Amino acid sequence: MAFKIIASQCTQCGACEFECPSGAIKFKGEIYVIDPKKCTECEGTFETQQCASVCPVSKTCVPA
Amino acid sequence: MSAPMISLQGLSRTTVFDQSPARAKSGGCASSSCGSSAKPHEMDSAVWEKIKDHPCFSEEAHHYFARMHVAVAPACNIQCNYCNRKFDCANESRPGVVSERLTPDQALRKVIGVANEVPQLSVLGIAGPGDACYDWKNTKATFQRVAKEIADIKLCISTNGLALPDRVAELAEMNVDHVTITINMVDPRIGAKIYPWIFYDNRRYTGVEAATILHERQMSGLEMLTARGILTKINSVMIPGVNDEHLIEVNKWVKERGAFLHNVMPLISDPAHGTHYGLSGQRGPKAMELKALQDRLEGGAKLMRHCRQCRADAVGLLGEDRGQEFTLDRLPDKVTYDASKRETYRAVVARERGDRLAAKSEALGMVKTAGSGKSLLVAVATKGGGRINEHFGHAKEFQVYEASPKGISFVGHRKVEQYCLGGRAEDKRLDGVISTLEGVDIVLCARIGNCPEDRLKEGGIRATEAYGYDYIETAIGALYAAEFGSEPLAATA
Repeated sequence: MAFKIIASQCTQCGACEFECPSGAIKFKGEIYVIDPKKCTECEGTFETQQCASVCPVSKTCVPA
Repeated sequence: MSAPMISLQGLSRTTVFDQSPARAKSGGCASSSCGSSAKPHEMDSAVWEKIKDHPCFSEEAHHYFARMHVAVAPACNIQCNYCNRKFDCANESRPGVVSERLTPDQALRKVIGVANEVPQLSVLGIAGPGDACYDWKNTKATFQRVAKEIADIKLCISTNGLALPDRVAELAEMNVDHVTITINMVDPRIGAKIYPWIFYDNRRYTGVEAATILHERQMSGLEMLTARGILTKINSVMIPGVNDEHLIEVNKWVKERGAFLHNVMPLISDPAHGTHYGLSGQRGPKAMELKALQDRLEGGAKLMRHCRQCRADAVGLLGEDRGQEFTLDRLPDKVTYDASKRETYRAVVARERGDRLAAKSEALGMVKTAGSGKSLLVAVATKGGGRINEHFGHAKEFQVYEASPKGISFVGHRKVEQYCLGGRAEDKRLDGVISTLEGVDIVLCARIGNCPEDRLKEGGIRATEAYGYDYIETAIGALYAAEFGSEPLAATA
């Protein structure tokens, strides 16, 4: 029940961080990381996962 | 104004008004009417005050003033088929590309560092690399920090327009009085070919639906800015076969909604950039195709023709990019703003501008008196200050002017690969320069060697250093009179 970011494809634009309704995404060192404990896959909040919907690179925000 | 301006040697590494004083001629302004203003006659004074130091909003200002972009806004809410922000190369110049992202605090340090070194600096812009209105927290924090330290710097943003209506009130509050919106279509069916998706209202939209939302938001943002008196520039990417003809319609729409300037830019498309258009083989327009479209748009919303499509971290005059000199690792940890260089520079520009304006009107007179119906396309090598002060072999771009019975106007620039590298002339590059200068009649430069001059001649282009260090318009006026005047002067070219 969580998403993850494929770091090698990530552009580090940070759009996912401020769209995440659960505050689960943080910039750590050089990469954005999703905290699986906090990620709800936006269930109950939005129809689609916000991080995956806003991500400019396809298949980069994906189910863990 | 009999004496030419004081030299700014030592004020900055690249002195703008590069002129050899012995040869530089004054514009011939003898009356006391030469003040600090170089305001074109037809323009409202309040508007001129706003744009006179903004290199992007005033062609005249771009000879004197520099802008810098800080890359504090990496997040974007739409995808464009001509954009790929993943790819970065220090030598690549196109919007959306940066070498390092900055936090608002780092951006402040960079702005102060640049202001202390580049006296021409007048504008701070945020142009991404994502969208300044969408990545708003970073944009706002940066503007607030900088405005506190450097009160007279102009703040400016560039946006795709989707989030713009939500930010207009705050933009006005922060005194951001220049906004650029990229508008490539007013017909969502065409939009669907340019934008694969947008992220809006917590979901992703695609196709015509996405383009419809974007279009409505762009128009409403533009109208809101106009209502508040904020000057707007509309950027349109000319994509042959997709929206080239359609941009005539776009021009009408934005003019009706009060856009101050319309800037039609050529699509930059290269498979190596990894953009959708680059990979799918969509070509960009040729220089003469772009000019033809711009010529058809004359009479509509006022056109900007001096855009260099700069990076989201560009620094310097529009034709140069000194961004690599001001990366974070090259900046001191602690910087204090020193206003003296910028102030001195402004005083000099004020005088120089009046002089150049007088020179310009005199040159215009020469073109009109010549009484010819013909037009002349002239390419100029310049380092700034409105003078012919660059060597042919050192030019990285040529500014192109058209002289015709209508007057002398800047019609665009042509980027070239520098022909002389460290004293060595590159033959292959010369071929490139010649083909880039297609359509040009005469090249004006400070110096040119016999060999390139002859090669240009073979390619049907004349070149001369006879007007070296003159004002651009003065030279073109004299040239035009010599070419087409009823009483031909001694031809110099």
